[in-house]
Amino acid sequence: MTTITQPRPATTKSVPATDGAALFNRLCAVCLTLFALIWLVPFAWAIATSLRSDGSITQNPTSLFAGGWSLHAYSSAWDTHPIGTWYLNSLVISALAVIFTVAFCSMAGFALAFLRYRGRAAVMALVAAGLMLPSEALVLPQFIEYRAFHLLGTFWALILPSIAAPISVFVFQAFFRGIPLALIEAARIDGASWWRIYARVGMPLCRPALSTVAILTFITTWNSFLWPLLVLNQTKSQTIPVGLASLVSNSNIQYAEVMASSVLGFLPLIAVFLVFQRQIVQGVATTGIK
Amino acid sequence: MTTVVPTRPAPTAPAAAPPADRPSRSERRAGALLTAPFLVIYLLFLIGPLLVGVVLSFFNTTTVKSGLGDWVGLSNYTEVVTDPQFWDAMWHSVLFTLLTTPPLVVLALAGAILASRVRRGRVLYRLAFFAPYVVPSSVVALIFLWMYTPQIGLLPKIFDAVGLPVPDFIGSTAGGWTAVTLMTLWWTFGFNFVLYTAAIQDVPPDVYEAAAIDGAGPWQQIRHITVPLLGRTTSLVLILQILASLKVFDQIYLLLSGGPDQSTRPVIEYIYDTGFTAYRGGYGAAATMVYFVVIVAISAAWYGLRRRRASSTAA
Repeated sequence: MTTITQPRPATTKSVPATDGAALFNRLCAVCLTLFALIWLVPFAWAIATSLRSDGSITQNPTSLFAGGWSLHAYSSAWDTHPIGTWYLNSLVISALAVIFTVAFCSMAGFALAFLRYRGRAAVMALVAAGLMLPSEALVLPQFIEYRAFHLLGTFWALILPSIAAPISVFVFQAFFRGIPLALIEAARIDGASWWRIYARVGMPLCRPALSTVAILTFITTWNSFLWPLLVLNQTKSQTIPVGLASLVSNSNIQYAEVMASSVLGFLPLIAVFLVFQRQIVQGVATTGIK
Repeated sequence: MTTVVPTRPAPTAPAAAPPADRPSRSERRAGALLTAPFLVIYLLFLIGPLLVGVVLSFFNTTTVKSGLGDWVGLSNYTEVVTDPQFWDAMWHSVLFTLLTTPPLVVLALAGAILASRVRRGRVLYRLAFFAPYVVPSSVVALIFLWMYTPQIGLLPKIFDAVGLPVPDFIGSTAGGWTAVTLMTLWWTFGFNFVLYTAAIQDVPPDVYEAAAIDGAGPWQQIRHITVPLLGRTTSLVLILQILASLKVFDQIYLLLSGGPDQSTRPVIEYIYDTGFTAYRGGYGAAATMVYFVVIVAISAAWYGLRRRRASSTAA
């Protein structure tokens, strides 16, 4: 987990570092740390505000400890908004999206990498073309199509677009092509069916691709905003981003409660991020997904 | 918009190096069956909306009731193209792109270069820069709206303390653009930072060692080795950023709702308004298609340019 973070004295010694270079690196560290601390300010500011009372916030906005700290805003935020339900909705939708995306896209990726069948080249070209398709721009026709299928208001409406993402097939296909063909042929000679080879040989070997696709699908589904805003129109069935958006208003003066809700909106994500940070960052770096 | 970043060595095994014989029946059947579930959903729900959009743009469909409505030919398109509000919205998306792309690319490059010279604290940097990216846009908007609050928000206080004039972040057009740009910078900086960091790690360390032996200082190493070697990554980061910025909706909608007086309304919000406030589905679809063509043209131009450059360097 922490290999990258460990200092590597061996490499520093092998480079004949002059005093100037060492000083320069020190300066870089100072700049970057300052930069990083500035980036953490909004989080810290939100947490600090959420712990205070509205009265003391308006009186002394910048003295953080004035008026004392309490968790009162959290309990009132939890009581006024169905945050728990929103969380559950987001969780169910994102989990289903991950399961279906991983299953369907890995099957397609496996077939495209190893099997010869009619239309393979056409599917490949279609998927490659899909990478250039800005699907977010098509929300309006997408909405009308989903309405025609009577999918509006259902969780399926949020799950289907992420399964259709061609990038996931690409990640799986690229990874499967790196698996030595001899392994597949050996299994084939042993008499295993293609389905068995996919399930027992392919899937266990492609765990890195699987975690990349799973994590990125989860994040994009969890965070998508415009589409769930259009599709889910009842307060109880909303996801976390859409539900919390209903609190966005510059006439809202319950600062502590609003900030408590936003802390509830980001803290669990930050916790998950801390656990999976290496995989998440690696996944983003290898696929450039947005 | 998604792209596979070519910074990792691509797997080199050839695609199913065919044993001389023809594929067996079972192989062909397995291939078709394994592809089918994805392909059906892909055609229905990714290609489908595109075709639906093309068809709708020729009808006066409404969004309130189902059914296509009447054929109106090209009149939706002529109306879109002559509507100054549409071009205003297009300009706002472009303006947002012009405001956000340079700082997001340059700062990410600078940050990644700084990070490459620092050996400790990688986790802190990763947490600080990338964590905002996993937070939903509405949470970011809540936090920033509070920080922008006149008189008692953090940013007006800071502007005041530094002696800068405090812009009206939410109430004025110029202040609104400042607010949206700062928030976007904070929110998405980590993405470009991560792409650059990964690319820098792929630069072999012996290049630097050789340069250091030749007496190149750290600044010269950065200028003559790191930045030139990152050319391809910069081109990728640039296009991803431009395409993402042109698709802006969340930040402007949440923070300003396109206001004041629609003076910051981006195209997607224009389409949203025509489709879901004015209920003009066919007209909205025509606007969608015009916008769609612009985006596809930009990414196609980029792919073409990149391929030409790649083939000219190979030759």
